[in-house]
Amino acid sequence: MVTLNVLVLVCLLYVAFLFAVAFGADRAALVGRGTWLRSPIVYTLSLSIYCTAWTFYGAVGFAARSGLEFVTIYLGPTLVMIGWWWTLRKMVRVGRSQRITSIADLISSRYGKSNTLAVFVTLVAVIGLTPYIALQLQSVTLSFATFAEADPFTDAPPSQQSTAFWVAAGLAVFTILFGTRNLDANERHHGVVMAIALEAVVKLFALLAVGVFVVWGLAGGVDEILARIDSSPIARWEVPGSRWVGLTLLSAAAFMCLPRMFQVMVVESEDEDHLRMAAWAFPTYLMLMSLFVVPIAVMGLELMPEGANPDLFVLTLPLRNGQEGLAILSFLGGFSSATSMVIVAAIALSTMVSNHIVMPIWLWSTGGGAMVSGDVRSVALLARRLSIAMILFLGYCYFRLSGGGTALAAIGLISFVGVAQFLPALMGGLFWRGATRSGALAGLGVGFVLWLYCLFLPSFGASEIMPYSVMQNGPLGIGWLRPQALFGADGMDPVIHAVMWSLLLNTCTFLGVSLLTLPKPIERLQGAQFVNVFQHSQTPGSWSGGLARSEDLMIMSQRIMGASEAQAMFSKEARKQGIAGYLPEPTPDFLQMLERELSGSVGAATAHAMISQIVGRATVSVEDLMAVADETAQIMEYSSKLEAKTEEQARTARQLREANEKLTQISVQKDAFLSQISHELRTPMTSIRAFSEILRDSEGLSEEERNKYASIILEEATRLTRLLDDLLDLSVLENGQVVLNSQTGQLSDMLDRAVSAAGVQDRLRIHRRREAEKITLHTDLDRLAQVFINLISNAGKYCEAPDPALTIRPQAENGNLVVDFIDNGPGIPTDQQAMIFEKFSRIGQTKAGGAGLGLAICREIMGRLGGDITYLPGQEGAAFRVVLPLREAATVQAAQ
Amino acid sequence: MTAKKTPVFVQRRTYRRRRVADGARLLPVFGGILFLIPLLWEGDPAGAEAVPDGARTAWVMTYLFVVWFGLAVLSGVLARFLVAEDDGGDEEGDS
Repeated sequence: MVTLNVLVLVCLLYVAFLFAVAFGADRAALVGRGTWLRSPIVYTLSLSIYCTAWTFYGAVGFAARSGLEFVTIYLGPTLVMIGWWWTLRKMVRVGRSQRITSIADLISSRYGKSNTLAVFVTLVAVIGLTPYIALQLQSVTLSFATFAEADPFTDAPPSQQSTAFWVAAGLAVFTILFGTRNLDANERHHGVVMAIALEAVVKLFALLAVGVFVVWGLAGGVDEILARIDSSPIARWEVPGSRWVGLTLLSAAAFMCLPRMFQVMVVESEDEDHLRMAAWAFPTYLMLMSLFVVPIAVMGLELMPEGANPDLFVLTLPLRNGQEGLAILSFLGGFSSATSMVIVAAIALSTMVSNHIVMPIWLWSTGGGAMVSGDVRSVALLARRLSIAMILFLGYCYFRLSGGGTALAAIGLISFVGVAQFLPALMGGLFWRGATRSGALAGLGVGFVLWLYCLFLPSFGASEIMPYSVMQNGPLGIGWLRPQALFGADGMDPVIHAVMWSLLLNTCTFLGVSLLTLPKPIERLQGAQFVNVFQHSQTPGSWSGGLARSEDLMIMSQRIMGASEAQAMFSKEARKQGIAGYLPEPTPDFLQMLERELSGSVGAATAHAMISQIVGRATVSVEDLMAVADETAQIMEYSSKLEAKTEEQARTARQLREANEKLTQISVQKDAFLSQISHELRTPMTSIRAFSEILRDSEGLSEEERNKYASIILEEATRLTRLLDDLLDLSVLENGQVVLNSQTGQLSDMLDRAVSAAGVQDRLRIHRRREAEKITLHTDLDRLAQVFINLISNAGKYCEAPDPALTIRPQAENGNLVVDFIDNGPGIPTDQQAMIFEKFSRIGQTKAGGAGLGLAICREIMGRLGGDITYLPGQEGAAFRVVLPLREAATVQAAQ
Repeated sequence: MTAKKTPVFVQRRTYRRRRVADGARLLPVFGGILFLIPLLWEGDPAGAEAVPDGARTAWVMTYLFVVWFGLAVLSGVLARFLVAEDDGGDEEGDS
């Protein structure tokens, strides 16, 4: 017979073994050898802390009471797990990129790093999980009691209360030893995870062993057990639909919201890709855990005496059939389930309590934060140890209050509903950018109150905390406020009733308040980072150092991390920066690294707060950021305006430069013109004066001579007149005082006239196409002829080809008359093409003494006629194109 | 075949990947429906001991475990082919 003492010894040995495993794993991780610690299989196995003593003992009891309904608790997580691509992957990614340390941290981070929310979530989690921890205590206590009953050497088995107390105390010590030996960066506990993975194997193996024993040892095979199930009290499939659906949803929600699940799934996650294996391996694990539950329940119901606790069938069946080894294995399986759950839950909760409640209060109460003496590290550790003890004590209190006789599954469900209240805020935070802090707080508050009122308080029994009258008739006799029939929802299952109302109203409040309230800038920032985590970069915002004083940072770090570690870290960083000694420059990178290191010890929010205390005003709050962003936007706008202005100025300057160049050129030309024109004027004037003097003073001139001199005077005077006429003409044209005399005529006639008037037939061959010239014009023919004459005579004057020729090529084009005058001379150099239409412009020192007014006059005339004259580059010689609108000529004229 | 051209081949792969991701998102819905099916069998009213054809726990249990196993296998197959590259855009548009 197994004595109680042997059992306690086995327990202690098992715990010692686990501790050794955890220690070894921590060591391996420390020296960097533990790649196998980070394998997906360890991750998957660590997820199995979902299967607690509730699964190990309670599932069989659940099955014995309500048949297959127990399976819903595992179907929900299965669905969540196979839908990992949707939700879990995002949670893990957010957790890694935001350095999340707990579910309270996640929710508070999402809603603008609100500590109020974190405190609230922490409180809900602690209260919600109290029944769950009580459940573990109860299961271990019951299993001990079972062995004690069977122990012939114990006359007076210890009372349940005292067993529960010692179990709670033992678990507290165990957890403290396990979970708070050191403060790891990023809250990773390699050793604990390893121990949990091992326990996962133990409990699965134990349950499968009992199952195999029951099916093949007791029932005698698969067919036999199926037949027995068929003839058992739970043979009929009669699960209420509401419970089937409701519990599946509830377990799915709890799977994501349970702090301990969050701890192993997100916080301890080494690699997002581990989910890939967990996606199939974890559902398989759950399936195997559930596989033998119904057979064990059925055989227990059949073989065990009436009134035996069905929660303990896993233990009592082997014990009763003399399989003591199996019974001890089974006991260890149950013990593993309970301890692993308690350890991780206590670690998760204590992290939350210390990071979100104790540390902020401590920092606040000590005023200067890190500046006061005292080791922050030890405070953090102490806070965690006390939290763990407190959490287990609360669990023990619940166990005492609830009387320890409730079915395990019923207790577990109460916890599930409690933590499921996080779901709307969690999912809303991950997928909806419009979710606000007020919405989350309000929703969570409503859900929590309803849970307390409908499920948690009634769970203590009708008489103690909630009087019978309230249960039956509602508070103050208001019937529709009855805790288990809220708003007249009579006759519902209490759990489903609580799930429905709390989650429904929680979600509605969350959504409604979120829609109505405005988020603060930091919430919007965080919201964007959470919802679009796959698009955003990994860094959660950096420090802008500068004002931070390295020495203060070092004093603070020494207090938190311990002197030697901090000094090592600082000097390493200083070396990296190329500075001798211990004080590196407080660069943003360094501050971020420091914050990350510290956050492992005191939590992200606290680490952030502590660094910002020292870095002081250099820390940029989001409000500052927003202001800066506004400012930046203004500056950017201003600078873009400046840029536009600069560009404009550059453009103006260019234009001015061009104008100046032109002016200079024109001025040069004007000078040249003036000298030219004085020369032009002076030559005839000299002749006129000279010949006039001869005529006046000389006597005895022959008639012939007198005639000759007089005609010279006349000729020169004519030349002068022509020159002055030209100048006058140009000035008249430019001032718009010209009167156009519109006529109708043939182009060919005009060209004939122009050619003959130019008087160049003897030295210039003119090529014309008569048939193309049959175009009727309606314009000022005289003025047009003047243009043509000018062009033709220019060709005659300037064409330097040995055999000068001019091609006149008229054509009608798009309602315009286009006449090209192309000679076979050298043409006009490109740099002078722009100038030829300017007044006084002359190309080089030409032999023929034109005044440089001809083309300017032509341009003015064509402008007046509504057309244009341009130089046509790229022809064999100098080419001018005259464009004249055929139809508009009349209108243009009318406008004059 | 069209798969001979490289660009078409690459696009086909991207397309496949996206559909695998869709499948992964649909799998829990599909599983949920399968798990709900036994509720339809709950035909016999209370006390109808005389109806031997009503759904039995043993039979429902077998069904559930087969579905469960099938889902785990399917999830494993999908997880092998899911690639994290298509996060951008696709994520926002679909979820």
